Amino acid sequence: MTSRRDFLKNTGLLVVGISSASLASAQDAGPYPDIDFHQLDSWIVIREDNTATFYVGKTDLGQGTGTAFRQIMSDELDIAYDNTDVVMGVTDITPDQGGSGGSDALQTDGWPMRRVAAEARRVLLSLASDRFNVPVEQLSVSDGVVTVTANPSRSITYGELIGGKRFNVTLTGDRVNDLTGQAPLKAVQDLKMTGTSPQRFDIPPKVDGSLKWAVDVKVPGMVHARNVKPPTAGAQLVSIDESSVSGIPGFIQVVREGNYIAVVCEREEQAIQAARQLKAEWKKPEASPFPPSDDLHSFMRAAEPTSSGQPSFEGDPDAAFAGAAKRFEGDYFVPFVGHTAIGPAHAMADPTDGQLTIYSNDMKSYGLRNGVAQFLNMPADKIRVVWMDGPQAYGRTAADDAGFEAAYLATKLNRPVRVQWMRDEETAWDTKGPAYAMRMRGALDADGNLIAADQDFRAIDYNHVGYNEHDSVLIAQLTGRRRTTPAAGRASVSTDSYAIPNRRFSTHVVSLPLIWETPLRTGNLRDPDGPQVTFGSESFIDEMAYQAGADPVAFRLKMLEAGTGDDDGFRRTRSIACVKAAAEAYGWDTRTSPKPIADGDILTGRGFAYSYRSQTIAAEIAEVEVNRRTGKVWVKRIVCAHDCGLVVNPVGLRHTVECALQYSLSRALHEEVAFNSEKVTSVDWGSHPSLRHSDTPEKIDIILVNGDPNPDRPDLPHYGAGEASCKPLLAAVGNAIFDATGVRIRSVPFRPARVLAALNAATA
Amino acid sequence: MSEITLQVNNETHVVDVEPSTPLLYILRNDLDLSGPRFGCGLGQCGACTVLIGGRAVRSCITPTSSVAGQAITTLEGLSQNGQLDPVQQAWIDEQVPQCGFCQNGQILTAKVLLANNPNPTDAEIRQGMDGTLCRCMTYYRIQAAIKRAARTMAAANEEVNA
Repeated sequence: MTSRRDFLKNTGLLVVGISSASLASAQDAGPYPDIDFHQLDSWIVIREDNTATFYVGKTDLGQGTGTAFRQIMSDELDIAYDNTDVVMGVTDITPDQGGSGGSDALQTDGWPMRRVAAEARRVLLSLASDRFNVPVEQLSVSDGVVTVTANPSRSITYGELIGGKRFNVTLTGDRVNDLTGQAPLKAVQDLKMTGTSPQRFDIPPKVDGSLKWAVDVKVPGMVHARNVKPPTAGAQLVSIDESSVSGIPGFIQVVREGNYIAVVCEREEQAIQAARQLKAEWKKPEASPFPPSDDLHSFMRAAEPTSSGQPSFEGDPDAAFAGAAKRFEGDYFVPFVGHTAIGPAHAMADPTDGQLTIYSNDMKSYGLRNGVAQFLNMPADKIRVVWMDGPQAYGRTAADDAGFEAAYLATKLNRPVRVQWMRDEETAWDTKGPAYAMRMRGALDADGNLIAADQDFRAIDYNHVGYNEHDSVLIAQLTGRRRTTPAAGRASVSTDSYAIPNRRFSTHVVSLPLIWETPLRTGNLRDPDGPQVTFGSESFIDEMAYQAGADPVAFRLKMLEAGTGDDDGFRRTRSIACVKAAAEAYGWDTRTSPKPIADGDILTGRGFAYSYRSQTIAAEIAEVEVNRRTGKVWVKRIVCAHDCGLVVNPVGLRHTVECALQYSLSRALHEEVAFNSEKVTSVDWGSHPSLRHSDTPEKIDIILVNGDPNPDRPDLPHYGAGEASCKPLLAAVGNAIFDATGVRIRSVPFRPARVLAALNAATA
Repeated sequence: MSEITLQVNNETHVVDVEPSTPLLYILRNDLDLSGPRFGCGLGQCGACTVLIGGRAVRSCITPTSSVAGQAITTLEGLSQNGQLDPVQQAWIDEQVPQCGFCQNGQILTAKVLLANNPNPTDAEIRQGMDGTLCRCMTYYRIQAAIKRAARTMAAANEEVNA
């Protein structure tokens, strides 16, 4: 049962406090038990004025998922979208749906939201039926007004039926994703808001400066902390000279435990000065923690794997290779890539009466609550996490270092502490997407058919950091409270629906020499492995098309259409539809690559790549200009055909895909973690370049495909859209560079120096 | 510490701070203005941008004492008489932000770009905005919004001149 206090929260009274500037007023006495997700009242509150608030356990990282949640829930509830709002990711107010990640907002978590809203509609219609003494079948409802169909003068609003009162309905289902009431979902054809594009509600306050972000939280008595990181990976702290900072105005304390150091001062700029000025003696590890980044590919190829997956087979690849007309082999490489969020890690923790409120942009706020409870050995219901907007996360806050640090320091000092990382700290020490070294072998028969593919993926991912784990988060490592057993990590394989009769996928995880207290910690980064493995595989497929003397799109379509089976999401059929849609939108003319090399400094070309993520398909074309004198690559045009099933908000989806494409473009052209044999050396926007305005394509075309063989089916699912389109672009750009220049570059990023060296090597 | 007088969004504030303190921390922590944000502290990304004397200035590397008495405008001060600036309106119409963290710098840099060049070409937009970074990669949409704002501002000027 929900308590009286919970019900007050659900009326929105406390929510007003959280979304306004006066955050301190939101701090009320705990404990903060979990919201009972089985109660309909935990999800939906309807007020007398016929407005509704939805409470969901998700966070919005800027893709407009909050707006989409309002759309699907108001649709099932049959209430006017404009009369709704949504509260997300506050651990003691919204039911635990795990926060965000894995492109699951609509694909997974949208379903219980819809079922809960449908159940609320059923209950309201039942109340109206009692009120009017008319069977439910003789009632109609629109925009939160129930009307007796035969006598429209008899009507009542949802607000009049239940405003200020509870539903008192218990839903069934063991897990939150299984949650359901008695009501069926509407047929897709009966949805009114779904498929329309209301503007995102979070944009006006982001544009006029009125939004309060997690970085903005202030409470009385709050102080500022900054970390002092080890100067080299794996360095051990020998001693601190506190007198080097104790004279700084506003200085409060140096906190040290193991190799973790923070300085705390009254004012932010004082803490920054103290962190810079603190004299500390460190001892470097005897062995080098890692090879320099320039040597990483060869290191990975030579390394003994920490684990290897059981290879997956189709047919008999070895026999097919032995009898092949033509064989090919290529090595591909994608380096470590950081999250490098535009704003560094931050959080504010406020301890009051032995309890803790953490204000954070943690995409998985529930996980942060649970992890901090374990880390500080506090009961979970003494802690709550208030999710607020923050800089783009894409996995960074799923291991929310600053959230743990703020909580740790706040309990240590017993006063509110705000901690924020500095730029060099964030760029060097955030979690990294794993580097991949991939060896691809292919065999063609005499007719140019790809009869065998042997695809080997090795990821440097040993001791991959988990989601907000109390014993793997960085402060747990530095304070010596980490676990002893490293995580196994993983290597993924590429995803496509090609019919290749003989195929082997192999996976291996390899490790760097240093796995703890290192800036090269791997964690989840936007589609954790997808851009890497798709670069390897889709570059390779392009090379096989070249070897076969085939057009790259025709070569792929032939393999897709040669398949006979399909899965229950029609992934193969929808892949074909996307490949064709992209080629048509681009105006793809059938020919082999490379095109004849032109005169002049600027060479142009086009490249194709395709993949899927779960059930979402993305087929992409990049058109490039390569300056053969400077090596500079400009991707002038991108086309993406995208099928994520039922589209909730077409404009929001287009923008999400548009940004995902440019995100991958940044990885294709610029991004790489640089390090020497003792520390990361890419530490700011100079040493770690990222996409800029001048790199932006002239034209980006996004085609929303519904390639379902029964496109009008009433139960068309809504699949995820946050990450799938990130996968193919690296390969599409590399394939376009080959088309333009005739030179195949098998490592990203395609920075000018690398491209120029490859062009020069080819002509030498 | 010393007393410094600041003119921010048409209001006068007197703060008692170390004179070399970057303006960003005074705006955020003493004046409670959250438009300018910390991104790099190095003047590389633009998230901390404010307007001073018709220029887009990076407040994270601007000593507070160096702008005493000068008219400073932050994102919060861009609207006039409750009306959003045409640049802000274009940002909403084009649905520009994703996370939105950098958009303070994008909007204010665009504001200066358009003030100096009311009808910029694509190349001029790319060049003028090049030092303002976005990690959600809203660049394509920002550029569309700048063109939209240029059109609305030109239309408004025609109305005034008609």
